[in-house]
Amino acid sequence: MSEPGQHRYVSSDRRVREDRRFVVGKGNFVADIGLPNTKHVALVTCPYPAARIKSIDVSAALALPGVHYVLDGAELAAATLPLMTGLDTPNVPRRPLAFEVARYAGEWVAAVVADSRALAEDAAEKVKVVYEKLPFVLDAEQALEPTSPLVHQAHGSNLLLDKTFTWGEVDKDFAASPRKLSLRVKWGRSSTVPIETFGVIASWDPWRDMLDVHASIQMPRYADQIGIALKLPVSSIRVHYDVDVGGSYGVKRGIKHTVLVGYLSRRLGFPVRLIEDRLENMRGGDAHGPERLFDVEVAFDDQGIIKSMKMRALENVGAYAGRSPFQLGKPIGAIVGPYKIQSVQYRAIAVVTNKTTQEAVRGFGQAPTNVAIERTVDEVARVLGLDPIEIRRRNMIRHEEFPYTIPSGTTYDSGNYHTVIDKVLAHTSYEELKQERDALRAQGKLAGIGIAACLEPSGGNAMFEALLNPKITTTTFMDSCRITVDGVGSITATMHTTSSGQGHETLVGTVIGEVLQLDPELARVTRPDSLNSLPSGTPVGSRMAIMLGGAAFHAATKLKAKLTAIGAHDLGIAPERAAYANGEVYDRNAPEKRRAWVDLVQIAYRNFHRMPADMEPGLSVSHVMQVPTGGKLPTADGRVQMYPCTSFEFHLILLSIDPELGRPEIVKYRVGHDCGTVINPKIVRGMTMGGIAHGIGAALYEEFAYDGEGQLMAQSFMDYLLPSSHEVPAVEIIHHCTPSPHTVLGQKGSGESGYLGAPAGIANAINDALRPLGISINTLPIKVSVLGDMIAAARDNKEK
Amino acid sequence: MRIKLDINGLKREVEVEPRTTLLDCLRDTLGLTGAHAGCEHGVCGACTVLFDGVAVRSCLMFAVQAQGSAITTIEGVTPGPGELSPVQDAFCETHGMQCGFCTPAMILTAHALLANNPNPTRAEIVEAISGNICRCTGYAQIVEAIALAAERMRGANRPKDAHP
Repeated sequence: MSEPGQHRYVSSDRRVREDRRFVVGKGNFVADIGLPNTKHVALVTCPYPAARIKSIDVSAALALPGVHYVLDGAELAAATLPLMTGLDTPNVPRRPLAFEVARYAGEWVAAVVADSRALAEDAAEKVKVVYEKLPFVLDAEQALEPTSPLVHQAHGSNLLLDKTFTWGEVDKDFAASPRKLSLRVKWGRSSTVPIETFGVIASWDPWRDMLDVHASIQMPRYADQIGIALKLPVSSIRVHYDVDVGGSYGVKRGIKHTVLVGYLSRRLGFPVRLIEDRLENMRGGDAHGPERLFDVEVAFDDQGIIKSMKMRALENVGAYAGRSPFQLGKPIGAIVGPYKIQSVQYRAIAVVTNKTTQEAVRGFGQAPTNVAIERTVDEVARVLGLDPIEIRRRNMIRHEEFPYTIPSGTTYDSGNYHTVIDKVLAHTSYEELKQERDALRAQGKLAGIGIAACLEPSGGNAMFEALLNPKITTTTFMDSCRITVDGVGSITATMHTTSSGQGHETLVGTVIGEVLQLDPELARVTRPDSLNSLPSGTPVGSRMAIMLGGAAFHAATKLKAKLTAIGAHDLGIAPERAAYANGEVYDRNAPEKRRAWVDLVQIAYRNFHRMPADMEPGLSVSHVMQVPTGGKLPTADGRVQMYPCTSFEFHLILLSIDPELGRPEIVKYRVGHDCGTVINPKIVRGMTMGGIAHGIGAALYEEFAYDGEGQLMAQSFMDYLLPSSHEVPAVEIIHHCTPSPHTVLGQKGSGESGYLGAPAGIANAINDALRPLGISINTLPIKVSVLGDMIAAARDNKEK
Repeated sequence: MRIKLDINGLKREVEVEPRTTLLDCLRDTLGLTGAHAGCEHGVCGACTVLFDGVAVRSCLMFAVQAQGSAITTIEGVTPGPGELSPVQDAFCETHGMQCGFCTPAMILTAHALLANNPNPTRAEIVEAISGNICRCTGYAQIVEAIALAAERMRGANRPKDAHP
């Protein structure tokens, strides 16, 4: 489907058009947007992990000059509806401000509105809240105990979800297998932590009945959710999509922030803005990622063929349920990874605790699951004395077996895993890498090779919603594009969501240029507001190359067809005799007979008498795209076609650890990458590299750790450690292209796989390094302090 | 209080509170929004500006402390409307960014590096930008952008047959 040189603009190393505004500091970030008379919000937060709010005294705060209002949770709860959640848990309501009870340290209790942010912060310190401390629970397993304090009394337990799926003959396969192995893997609480915090400005116009919203948002159905919560028609919510989002990677879902400032702006009659500071962002912004405990059991034979797997995943979603428990559902679409495991039992459990609320994070739960799978595969290799690459080769789906349906019902579209591995090893000799590892060991270092494969399900067919909540019957996740050629022939295309660095304007321009055979720079790409948009999602689920790229492709194809019909009619020939090339339409039988772009525009805009019968004048076409392979509800036995496409990565890492300090250092990093047809190589490379950097953080440095009193310990970048240029090594990416049969250009998603594979690869490398000491670690992040202590203890034991 | 600042070569007189940071003054008072607030505690580097040519964090100093020094922001290194400095252009060439939020600070840091070291090694580039956190890119294309800018700037205004 896609060979090198097959395309004119697609796959060529073109610049990214968005970059020009960013390099001069002219991005349109939410904090840069100044609406006249805007007032600022600062928040009063609860200092305890669980507390009843007895009283709130705002008099001292309101007495400060420049302070306009202090809003508490009771007033807000009376005026708005609870926020939308994913699971059917009506007794776990979520609101922007705590109502009666606060459920985590840092939860927002009141909002102060003042002339400046500094004044609002001053006033927030003067709000006096009387609390009654309540018992709390932080640990997911403790939250399941019958004696545990309840985070939400009315719900009756801390359990939000407990669902077991059995796909295939699990018991039979386990009974028939000569070998079994079990493993406990823990993924620590971290997140994407964009450098821009979340921000939103809401401005209510009471004479037009319109709430204008500018936000650094990445939230599907954002306007719907605002309207529902504020009890306004969605036609009164105007979300401005031309706001540049300073990084998101999943988490910028700020619905509670938006409902808060939306209410305040209506109540007070001026624009209200809330730009989180870093503490609000990390503690009360409700943007933590998964914290998940896995118990994995596999049954396999002496050759290392894994027949069956049982996985229990226990997720600590924090104090409230948003969309986050669905992150246990998305991995079902790739529950066996790239391996031919024929039966699976999967138990997904989500509990609430008195920690910060979770949000969607890059990969939507797939990265933790991938660590569990890949650690387990490595352990199988270890007990059998097999090479970790060899065991993967033996278990992986072979190229000729695609399309391949996994036990949970999803059919993988295409892949060539063995070839990708071969290409990586042709680039970097495995034998030499092992020699290099052994040489490091001989120097007294601990050194290990880490192998990890991973799949990146892409396309965003979010069928985990219906799978985990039968009340949801959504089977479409649309995206759209409109292309208009104006009366003098310029092209303007639209997209209908915000972006957070993915280069979507470049994507749309490139695809339209490809179809119309015109320089992509000729196509301007704009973002109308939500009231002028076509149905669209957001950049979730690695879907935009597939869905926005697909919508742009189909819209451009419709435009081309219309131009061809106009040209044929004007040439007086049958439509099938006309051909389109480079913006012109010509007669196949007499190529000198042609209508140029300007002629076609002239006819469409001014010469209706030259138009084909029954054709609309003007040149504007649109396409709303359904997800490929989508449209089907899960079966009664819990099988579902999740995402349409699966990208593949193979990580090969050499890592050394200073045995005295426990400090790991990545010596070599290679990754084989196959996301089908690459639309823009610069973008795909950046996504891959950025994902790996993010994965290094999750594997080694980043954790929202809590102390025993329920206080978040990582409240600043002094404690929550983001990888700097020193921590991210040079990575060599080895590309392969296995096109998807389901997409217009053979493209697949590429925004997540670096993050899905790197933590598993690093965990495997560290365990390979620790093996000579007879120890292993399966709890991420693997921090220097933990590693140093483990190594010291193991050495002491050896000496004894 | 009223203070006098030298911003991008222009003398500006502004009214600020003593506690106003240089970052807030640049953004809110002077409308120079290319400097970004990322953490406001001196770690992420998104607020970087040049202070007498040295890359500093504008969130960690008060506006009043900037009196008497030359402050350069991203707006000050952009040659003119629609134009890019060699460093800015190199960042576009390698796509040394994604969301663009850390980018102005990263570019100012690169300007400061290249002003003192026209031919930096990879390790020197990595060291120079290690105080600027980028969450999107994994740094590879940023390092390449700075190396490319260095190469182009070394070649500027030289006869074409000159030795590199």
